[in-house]
Amino acid sequence: MNTVLPFKIDRRRFLKASTITAGGFMLGTAWLPDLLAQPGRPAAPLRPDAFIHIGTDDVVTLIINKPEVGQGTETSVAMLLAEELECDWSKVRTEFAPIDAAYGAMQGSVGSSGIRTSFDPMRRTGAAARMMLIQAAATQWGIDPVRCRAENSMVIDTETNNSLSYGSLAEAAALLEVPSDIVLKDPSQYRLLGKPMLRRDAPAKINGTATYGIDMNLPGMVYAVVARTPVPGGTLLSFDATASKAVPGVRDVFEIPQGVVVVADNTWAAISGRRVLEMQWDAGENATLSSVGISQRLAELVAQPGVVALDEGDANAAASNTAKTFEATYEVPYLAHAPMEPQNSVALVTTDSCEIWTGTQMPGVAHLTAIQTSGLQPAQVKINTLYSGGGFGSRGGGPVVAESIEVANKMLGTPVKLVWSREDDMLYDRYRPASVVHFKAGIDATGMPVAWTGRVSCSSFAGLRDGIDREAVAGLAEIPYEFAHKHFEYQEPGIKVATNYWRSVGHSQNTFFTESFIDELAGQANKDPVAFRRELLANQPRMLGVLNLAAEKAGWDTPLPAGRFRGIAVVNCFGSYNAQVAEISLEQGEVRVHRVICAIDCGTVVNPAGVIQQAQSAIVYGLSAALRGSITFENGRVQQTNFHQYEPLRMKEMPVVEVHMVASNDVPTGIGEIATPAIAPAVTNAIFSATGNRIRKLPISLALAT
Amino acid sequence: MAVISFTLNGQTQTVDAVPDMPLLWLLRDTLALTGTKYGCGIAQCGACTVHMDGAPVRSCVIPIAGIAGKNITTIEGLSSPVGQSVQRAWLESDVPQCGYCQSGQIMSATALLAQKSQPTDAEIDSAMNGNICRCGTYQAIREAIHRAADYVATNEKDGGVA
Repeated sequence: MNTVLPFKIDRRRFLKASTITAGGFMLGTAWLPDLLAQPGRPAAPLRPDAFIHIGTDDVVTLIINKPEVGQGTETSVAMLLAEELECDWSKVRTEFAPIDAAYGAMQGSVGSSGIRTSFDPMRRTGAAARMMLIQAAATQWGIDPVRCRAENSMVIDTETNNSLSYGSLAEAAALLEVPSDIVLKDPSQYRLLGKPMLRRDAPAKINGTATYGIDMNLPGMVYAVVARTPVPGGTLLSFDATASKAVPGVRDVFEIPQGVVVVADNTWAAISGRRVLEMQWDAGENATLSSVGISQRLAELVAQPGVVALDEGDANAAASNTAKTFEATYEVPYLAHAPMEPQNSVALVTTDSCEIWTGTQMPGVAHLTAIQTSGLQPAQVKINTLYSGGGFGSRGGGPVVAESIEVANKMLGTPVKLVWSREDDMLYDRYRPASVVHFKAGIDATGMPVAWTGRVSCSSFAGLRDGIDREAVAGLAEIPYEFAHKHFEYQEPGIKVATNYWRSVGHSQNTFFTESFIDELAGQANKDPVAFRRELLANQPRMLGVLNLAAEKAGWDTPLPAGRFRGIAVVNCFGSYNAQVAEISLEQGEVRVHRVICAIDCGTVVNPAGVIQQAQSAIVYGLSAALRGSITFENGRVQQTNFHQYEPLRMKEMPVVEVHMVASNDVPTGIGEIATPAIAPAVTNAIFSATGNRIRKLPISLALAT
Repeated sequence: MAVISFTLNGQTQTVDAVPDMPLLWLLRDTLALTGTKYGCGIAQCGACTVHMDGAPVRSCVIPIAGIAGKNITTIEGLSSPVGQSVQRAWLESDVPQCGYCQSGQIMSATALLAQKSQPTDAEIDSAMNGNICRCGTYQAIREAIHRAADYVATNEKDGGVA
């Protein structure tokens, strides 16, 4: 439960804000759930905070505590505040929050958490401000506040129709205590929530004025690129910068812990200087790392006992004693994030300050990184969060921020823009790990599975607890399907490749595994894939809801034109439910996805336009990986350097995506990553329907070619 | 170093720069026109698309030695009626997500519509296939290009008033 405590306005903070907003009002809250809170840990102490500034000029500024990386929270979080504040949406401004504990842990755009962690706190913040403005007006008029209502940034006396603007009330309201009995609007009275709203960031993004991290420009700024080890874990033996320093525009070449940096007057000079840099590296223990070897290692491990992550009933006995058993092994490759904007960070370090400008999903982590790398105190370090050109898990606020500060530490007083080229971004990404799973099911005399057992080998990317990486087994160790006996194990393969979260995290690979195997089991039972899932999901109403909605909208029981085939997949992740039907054809050995029917239950929908955007986006992201995505190693080196070798979906391949939402009053759940997992198995299940060829190893293009 | 003169967004521009520097970096780093984006550096993604004498080109692979005397238009200088119709349609179709590729998408779409006022889906697919969007806004882009085509047609009927 959230605790609501009143606080007095901190006069100093109020005055400071007033200089920014030309007089006005700040409202704080500490209702933000601590994203990283552990059970039993005391809640963070309450402290004043600022989500709403109302200037005496009537301009309402909403402070957004989630970085905008494309997922639309600048708009949807503003909607939550504005709905309850009853302000004029057309006059709202938005700003991104500075680093402050009151804005929540890490202030992250991760884990499809934007709306989940904002829905109640932001509505309550808006409502509290509205109540305070009404109280201020009632006091001025000498009437009971119940006579008043708020509308379009005005407080109105419902008996006289007198009105006062928020701007004229702001200073008086700011002196009031925050009410402890917050009254939220009845959903039937919503003017914004549940309505499709255009994105607030769109105008700046269509005329070139939106400032991304890579666009940051400061007087006297220099540009830097880093030459790093060609093999993960390698060490620099020596370098010769003579040729680099002869390149016009190159200012300096020196070593930092991450490699050798070339500093220049512009990005091109820096890249040109790096191209002629001579370096000797010791490749280290990854010198012989290869994708063939990694696949073998993972396959060996799924044949050996691992750490038990799930055990219900007597699965291993049941899987062997049933009428028949069915086994299958599946594999997915490493994946790069490849956001359109390569990683970058601008750093300015002085003897007593460190300021960073960057697009990041985790400004809080960027702050910690900057504190550690600069050696300065938290108050001396400032993070400016700019727009990100996509994130998808790649912008964690760590490596590129650290690199920029390492360079700036050696150039005190000079701003440094450190840019990763596309090649850097692909070669030095922290990848979605490769993973191999082996499943074995026990099937009874009626053809239905009663025992589900399995083991996965996948590098830990979220950290081990009791020997298990909970993300590596997400959706495997807690499956929604009903089996009498369940058992699942985890094997950490000890591969020394940097790995990280990738859009939809463990579900990105594990939904391909489970939904492929479920489809195979439907075949073993001689049942229709949808009917079979319905039987095993009888006690999962929301899973059934999206399954049935997708099947209905796809016309699952009606015939398709000749040459077209369907596949279905369903998933529960980040609190939400998603089913997808993919319609495909095969043309000259290649799959063509024509149409995707996507049914989503994410609870209460805040911005339906945003849900549709995120569903389309997540499907394209997942489909790009499913069709062609693969990062491979040979002699320790990543073999894909740019989009010609790691090619996302292009316009010609774009299917028609239809998004259908389940009407719901449940609490809102995640949306940014929900539709990524199901597309790969929906397509491979459709390919099986077309050809009888079961694809058990991604990407699809390679599987179809062999 | 070489002194090169060209027209940039309607103004004559003279620069003294390394002749093999791609136009992209001249725009972004030297002239502070950061609306044109760096995505790949090898003409694979289209984020850096600008117009050279009206045709869409990937500025990341055009050395500035090749722009002498040319007429370059970037997103900042997109003022033609067709370009404004495209931008209006982009807003109304709510196209951008992360938005990083959209300058390039808009420049490609504008060049398409300047050539072909009522493109088919197949023509849109061909013209836009070189512009990658990792957020998957392709469906919204198709819709926006059709919408922009309608605006262009209306403008022409009304005497070209944007």
